[in-house]
Amino acid sequence: MRIGAMGKIYPDGSEIVKQGEVGNSMYIVQKGEVEVVYSDGERQIVLSVLGPGDVFGDMALFTKSPRSATVRAKDQAIVLTIDKQGFLKRVHEDPSFAFLILKQMSERILKLDEEVSRLKGASVSSQTEKMTNIQSGM
Amino acid sequence: MKALRSSKYESFPLADGARVCVIGGGPAGSLTAFFLLKIADRIGTSLEVDIYEPKNFGACGPRACNMCGGIVSESLVQLLAVEGINLPPELVQQGIDSYVLHTDGKEVKIRTPLNEMRIAALFRASGPSDAEPGRIAGLDSFLLDLACSLGARHVETSVTKVTRRDDLPLVIDSKGEQKSYQLVVGAVGINKKGMQLFKELGLMYREPRTTRTAVMELRLGRDSVSKYLGSSMHVFLLDIPGFEFAAIIPKGEYATVCVLGDDVDKALVTRFMQTDEVRGCLPESFSAEQIVCRCMPRINVGGARNIFDDRVVIVGDFGVTRLYKDGIGAAYRTAKACAVTALFHGVSGEDFRRHYWSTPRRIEWDNFLGKLLFSGSFFFRKLAFLRAAMFAMTAREQKTLTTKPRMSMILWNMFTGSTPYQDVLRQGLMPGFLSRFVLYCVSSLGGLSGRTALTEKKKS
Repeated sequence: MRIGAMGKIYPDGSEIVKQGEVGNSMYIVQKGEVEVVYSDGERQIVLSVLGPGDVFGDMALFTKSPRSATVRAKDQAIVLTIDKQGFLKRVHEDPSFAFLILKQMSERILKLDEEVSRLKGASVSSQTEKMTNIQSGM
Repeated sequence: MKALRSSKYESFPLADGARVCVIGGGPAGSLTAFFLLKIADRIGTSLEVDIYEPKNFGACGPRACNMCGGIVSESLVQLLAVEGINLPPELVQQGIDSYVLHTDGKEVKIRTPLNEMRIAALFRASGPSDAEPGRIAGLDSFLLDLACSLGARHVETSVTKVTRRDDLPLVIDSKGEQKSYQLVVGAVGINKKGMQLFKELGLMYREPRTTRTAVMELRLGRDSVSKYLGSSMHVFLLDIPGFEFAAIIPKGEYATVCVLGDDVDKALVTRFMQTDEVRGCLPESFSAEQIVCRCMPRINVGGARNIFDDRVVIVGDFGVTRLYKDGIGAAYRTAKACAVTALFHGVSGEDFRRHYWSTPRRIEWDNFLGKLLFSGSFFFRKLAFLRAAMFAMTAREQKTLTTKPRMSMILWNMFTGSTPYQDVLRQGLMPGFLSRFVLYCVSSLGGLSGRTALTEKKKS
């Protein structure tokens, strides 16, 4: 393993967490990038690309739900695993410890809101255009 | 450990624009400054933070180094990462993924559960005395720069006096400059001059109990370090009078040797280095000339008393630290607790007693349990059958990769300092573990050792 790097090396394309699995760890990217990929059974959609300092898998620390997406290394990535038990114990001792995770979750929600607005806006525009075409054709 | 009790509770909140003085720029001081500024920014408060540190952490050897083994434990690596402090690769001389226990001429390797590098071996300053200044990145410099990146001011002079004027602490430095602060944080480590400053302030501070340790840097070369030590920390359980624990830690082209015991002296260090177990970890050609740096620092083994008063608080080794292990982890905890108390509650003695004191007190209680465990290790050092039983149990667990490697986890947690000593004690008292260990002891007494996966190394 690489001298000086904390965490585990994941080769290009290797899965770190798998959609549908139940997890008990979260992860912090130390070096390189990872892709967050959602699969609906037919196609794979890259939701985001994360880099050093970014957290993923954090929802598993607060819920028992299965992983909502797959995260895999993009080129070689080094990722540190954060134990659920150690994390929750520390949060209990010092609630402010969770601040950075909450901040990243909030930023993720903001991005999702923007994406939903954009998609909804595009959907409304195409429906309006459809109606206009129908009316002009009458 | 007692606190001064105020007759009536008065809280002194840190107002916008308050000035904070941190005396000492090691991990405890830098992290206190870091968290003060970070949390202040979150709540929309501005602070002026000065860190008084005359040492140049970018230099090499004992004059720049705060003298310790240089291990950031598994749990602390994770805690710092969640706090947004990711140790950069250039800082980490070696990622440690296992421990090798040496005893009775034998060794067994204990791996991390997750097969990843989770323990960081690093230098506190810019490396041993013979290193080229600036070539090796050190932890203390990294943390001090981190605090300064948030706005802390590094004052490169020492403090010669701390007194009070108009109820505020007044700090006088070696250049004669005087400045008053709303809060003074003592983070001077085990340092006679620093301790004297706080005694003169009228804090009624009482020094912690200390013991002497030995730290040496061996220049072996990268190839030899890789060949003989690998990515493991080597720990030793040996029957030498006065000896408690020792480790050899690979760090790039160097290996750090730490010896802990009852006031370690040169004779004990020499005896340790001459054992077969240690010589088996070093090249045959190893000579004393390869010891390029050495020091015998004192470490805190019993908490200080009266570690806070109105507008004054002590963090890190100077107050309370973990017994023998994870000193940097204790620095982090006390620094964070200090910052949270100061910003969310106040800086009166009573504020610190109510909201800060629980953190050092928890460490103190855990150290008491740690002392029980280390006292118990005396029997393992003295009684061969106990050592053999422990060894056999660990070796079998590592060979068969059992789902509950109980002995391995106990040893791992003792060596790494990653979990509180109370968790180690709890693991050791579990009936499942005790019953298995008793069986191994009986087997050991009977001289049966055929099923173990021992690797016997004898000096040829």
